[in-house]
Amino acid sequence: MMQERPLFRASAVGKSYGKQLGCRDVSFDLYPGEIMGIVGESGSGKSTLLNCLAGQIEPDTGDIAFDVDGTGLVSTLQMSEPERRMLARTQWAFVHQNPRDGLRMAVSAGGNIGERLMNIGARHYGNIREDAIGWMGRVELEANRIDDRPANFSGGMQQRLQIARNLVTGPRLVFMDEPTGGLDVSVQARLLDLLRSLVQELGLAVIIVTHDLAVVRMLAHRMMVMQKGHVVETGLADQVLDDPQHPYTQLLVSSVLQV
Amino acid sequence: MSATPADAGDGYNFAYLDEQTKRMIRRALLKALAVPGYQVPFASREMPMPYGWGTGGVQVTAACLTPDDCVKVIDQGADDTTNAVSIRSFFARTAGVATTESTEEASLIQTRHRIPETALREDQLLVYQVPIPEPLRFLEPRETETRKMHALSEYGLMHVKLYEDISRHGHISTAYAYPVNVGGRYVMDPSPIPKFDNPKMDNCPAIQLFGAGREQRIYAIPPYSEVKSLDFEDYPFDRLRASGSCALCGADDSYLDEVIIDDQGNRMFVCSDTDFCGSRRDQGHVGDQSDLFETGAE
Repeated sequence: MMQERPLFRASAVGKSYGKQLGCRDVSFDLYPGEIMGIVGESGSGKSTLLNCLAGQIEPDTGDIAFDVDGTGLVSTLQMSEPERRMLARTQWAFVHQNPRDGLRMAVSAGGNIGERLMNIGARHYGNIREDAIGWMGRVELEANRIDDRPANFSGGMQQRLQIARNLVTGPRLVFMDEPTGGLDVSVQARLLDLLRSLVQELGLAVIIVTHDLAVVRMLAHRMMVMQKGHVVETGLADQVLDDPQHPYTQLLVSSVLQV
Repeated sequence: MSATPADAGDGYNFAYLDEQTKRMIRRALLKALAVPGYQVPFASREMPMPYGWGTGGVQVTAACLTPDDCVKVIDQGADDTTNAVSIRSFFARTAGVATTESTEEASLIQTRHRIPETALREDQLLVYQVPIPEPLRFLEPRETETRKMHALSEYGLMHVKLYEDISRHGHISTAYAYPVNVGGRYVMDPSPIPKFDNPKMDNCPAIQLFGAGREQRIYAIPPYSEVKSLDFEDYPFDRLRASGSCALCGADDSYLDEVIIDDQGNRMFVCSDTDFCGSRRDQGHVGDQSDLFETGAE
């Protein structure tokens, strides 16, 4: 699965809000098809980090690079804004914790899925609709709900719709911010199954932020543990979860409720 | 500093606005003409009429008027509605200019919701009253974001609206304020004219100026510009016109108003452009009387 050339690189990324530290000195490489989990408690800086990586906020220090066309890493911070926005619409995807942030609630499911296609120039209604129906099937939404607004969908369905909307343009890197947050456990399990099969099928690289260690165990190949804006431990996900070295990681792992 | 003509009465400066304000508006107009379809901010003034009654159009007209101009004002195609009559008399009084109801005679036409049926000429100005200049407003409420979308030509969202129309109604049901692309660059709201009028903006010899008073924006289409209505390849733009002909003048190619004529559900269709209809009747055209009570919409 691993290739020699990294798809994405963060070098010494840091961001603070005045005196308040967001995150500091975060570096890692991500390879095509690899899933990186970032865990930590609320306020540990993991969402700040994700927003920096995805170009939604500008980091104070460090650099972020992405292999745009397979020819090597290019700094996304040096790019012009149109290039960065184009990247975010085509090769990247961002799945928000709250589907309301990632969906247009007043637009039908089909319109939501079709938006990214129309953004990159699709102008044939029939084809857009066909793509939308295809993607609804892949995320286990019934095709007859295509003209319903997401406001009438359950939380799990909204989240699956958000995933379809993001993946329709065939991105290579997906950022996820607590994709299973706020869903009940059976819906969470189905969503995780779906994510795992889609990621494998499409060979996506994923950076996923979560506080749920089970999500990391199921999805991630590698993980980073963050505390107070710093990365305290990194490694293979199974290794870190089974044999945590840092006291904070040990606390996290032992805090998980065993049923 | 002002060159007030003697016939501007009642102590007003020529065409009501002071000269500095008119210069400011003219600068915005020149910029708007230089960047077709781009919304230029301007310092909209209080006018002696409420917002929504054409304060933007009136300011643009005032900035463009010369003492030799002949002004025509239409509201929904009609010269004799309240708004049209009062704006016409406003300029007759504050600028002392000639006014007319004839499209042919007018050198400046201020309009709300229509483009005259009679083809416009190079020596004419068409000034539109615009309530909401931002075509993306109801899709993306953040002005910071819509400006960025204009700057980067990110207009996919406009098609999401048209997609929604088709998915809900089976055709593009947007019937007025139908978005257009000007010169292959900016997407523009043509003000709430019926989409029947959209093709008239394309390659039009007259200068078209748009003023939004409350929103403080001016935009423009220079003469002979390409103006294309947005559509899908498999759902092309369609003009939409009530079928049938005018009950008064018999025109079968003009935009028709539907008029309810009693409480039995009877109705008639008449030209919305009163000058066009009147001059056709003067030329001897008559409407089909038998058509009067049976013409159906669509």
